[in-house]
Amino acid sequence: MDPTSVIGTKNKKGQVFTDPRIMMREAPRTPSFYTGSEVIKEAIRRASIDVMIAYPITPQSEAAALIGELFAEGYIGDYFRGESEFAVMSQCAGAAFGGARVFTTTAGPGTMRAMENFPMWAGARLPIQCIVTCRGINSPLSIQPDTIEISYLMQTGMLVWHAETAQDFYDWILMGYMVSEEPEVHLPLALCCDGFFVTHTKDVVDLTPTDMCLPPYDPYRSPVPCMDMECPPVRMMRDPFIMKSNYISYATHASWQQEVWAAAERSRKHTIAWLNGLIETEDVDADVLIVTSGTAVSQGREAIRLLADEGIRVGLVKIKTLRPWPEEELKEATKHATHIIVPEFNVIGWMAKEIKATIPRSERVIAGPRVCGGMTMPPEIIVEEIKRALGVRSGTLAGRG
Amino acid sequence: MSLDYVKFTPGFEQFMPKEYRDMVEHGPFGKKTTVSQMGSFKEILEEHPMCAGCAMTLFIRLAIIAFPNPEDTITVGTAGCGRLAISQAAIPFVYGNYGDQNGVASGLSRGLRLRFGDKPKDVVVIAGDGGTADIGFQQVLHSWFRKERFTTIMLDNEVYGNTGGQESGMTTRGAVLKMAPLGKKFEKMDMVTMAKVAGCSYIATVVPNNPRRVESVIKKAVLIARDIGPTYIQAYTSCNIEYAIPTDKVMEDAKTVEDDRYKFTEYVSDEAKAYLAERYGYKEFMPKAVPASVTTA
Repeated sequence: MDPTSVIGTKNKKGQVFTDPRIMMREAPRTPSFYTGSEVIKEAIRRASIDVMIAYPITPQSEAAALIGELFAEGYIGDYFRGESEFAVMSQCAGAAFGGARVFTTTAGPGTMRAMENFPMWAGARLPIQCIVTCRGINSPLSIQPDTIEISYLMQTGMLVWHAETAQDFYDWILMGYMVSEEPEVHLPLALCCDGFFVTHTKDVVDLTPTDMCLPPYDPYRSPVPCMDMECPPVRMMRDPFIMKSNYISYATHASWQQEVWAAAERSRKHTIAWLNGLIETEDVDADVLIVTSGTAVSQGREAIRLLADEGIRVGLVKIKTLRPWPEEELKEATKHATHIIVPEFNVIGWMAKEIKATIPRSERVIAGPRVCGGMTMPPEIIVEEIKRALGVRSGTLAGRG
Repeated sequence: MSLDYVKFTPGFEQFMPKEYRDMVEHGPFGKKTTVSQMGSFKEILEEHPMCAGCAMTLFIRLAIIAFPNPEDTITVGTAGCGRLAISQAAIPFVYGNYGDQNGVASGLSRGLRLRFGDKPKDVVVIAGDGGTADIGFQQVLHSWFRKERFTTIMLDNEVYGNTGGQESGMTTRGAVLKMAPLGKKFEKMDMVTMAKVAGCSYIATVVPNNPRRVESVIKKAVLIARDIGPTYIQAYTSCNIEYAIPTDKVMEDAKTVEDDRYKFTEYVSDEAKAYLAERYGYKEFMPKAVPASVTTA
């Protein structure tokens, strides 16, 4: 089926299958005051999802349950609760193998429990979308915001995007399917946000019309045959190469892994077109830049405002996609900067490490401030980090400076 | 439509390998083939890397011949000896992750039903005893409790054969194997009872030395799973390597084990009986005619 052939027709809920470019860019938007979880529901209402599989784990449980309501209303083809995140991701894989558009959500320890599936999804070229509402994965148990799980996802072969706001989330859920279902891409997408900060806070989000939805997924645009016995040739998974210890076996696996990462690279042009670039910049001619992703960007904006009041000019680079990684964009955006501040919500500073490995003169990168375990990141600690870097005396925080 | 998948692309007939041409011209797709015709048609699984004398391989060959619609069947498996053969069959085989075959099959079955409605697309899980009863246990049981409509076949060789002979939950008590240096400490898991408790509509235990019986149970299991509910077949498929069974004694062993502790059993739910009778004309499940004397009494 050619998905464009259904444009203008209606689904069983009366929604019109709409050209995604018109739906996302030209259709009127309605400002709505929603939590992040409700925004996920509203995006999925318009995403022509065939199968959603749910499992409770804070802070994504509400979104996963709200999509159950959509199923009850008839917007989703099939929906059920799996028995663990590992099972859910396997069930998602099965549905995608069968040619369905699949959606799921997870968080923190759920992401880690499901982890075996993610490289398998990428290797099998299944364009599943998984929302990751990041939280702590450490012991002692924490349910609070922490982005450390993203560092694991970045090595799986999946596309990994990191939303700052609920508006990002809404738009990127819908655009994400358009990118990941491109025949030359056809990869799963981990669409991440900082749990609670985005999922449980209310924000004004401009929604597309309720009566418009994405065209359905066409599994025959997949670069590998869908497992429905309708589409030659026979497709096998992993075997028989696994049992061969010879050069052909190694070369087959090696070339396929390279192809998966090449597919992620090929997603760049589609992502740039949909997201208006892999990064977003403000005042990058300033000596000092804040470069980060997620809600750390929002805190960075506040820090920039505070510093502007004191006459210190700071620019901003918001990284939207982590895979593909915006290497050239970052080199260009940071070329004038003398100090590159990387605030992060995790203990290891994976973002700073990635940036250091990307840009020339990496000593310019200041890997911090970092908070973790659910701590908030007051803009003042970013301000203090910048002042310390510049050698400006700071007396803003009690006990420091 | 599905049969197109095994046809030649016009103009390419003469260039296709003989194996492929044999499959198109003499394979079982779109035909009614039975185990009694083995040797007279090209089997979906012929060449494989399994050990000499492997009973599991014979069982898999028989099972695949028994599939009611091989042209519309997708198999799902996991790590283990069985998948080394199944993955070389001329029908698609999905390998997801270790032990997640019943999860993958749940999603696959649902996805195909959404897309193809009532048109049969048979999903058959074929996995080993470790894959089914140990690492895959949670997903197996939950797929049954959810009443997922596909067939689960356990290739029970009572050992982790592929990794070199470690104890599994299906190993009999006392057996000395790797990771059980003092002998297995607990009983063989009773997966048949668990299948019944979890609500499977059809359950059978079988050994491979009765091909017609294997064919019969597989066919029933796949047909019932189309509409009624989950079905489970547990097959004794000895590992002649790890249990040191001489290759020429493998069938004898199967017979001995069948007589001793692996007797043929078959459970068919009332709903499944009625379905097989009405939908597929199974005479054995048709309502018995009540004697006239009883009805008029």
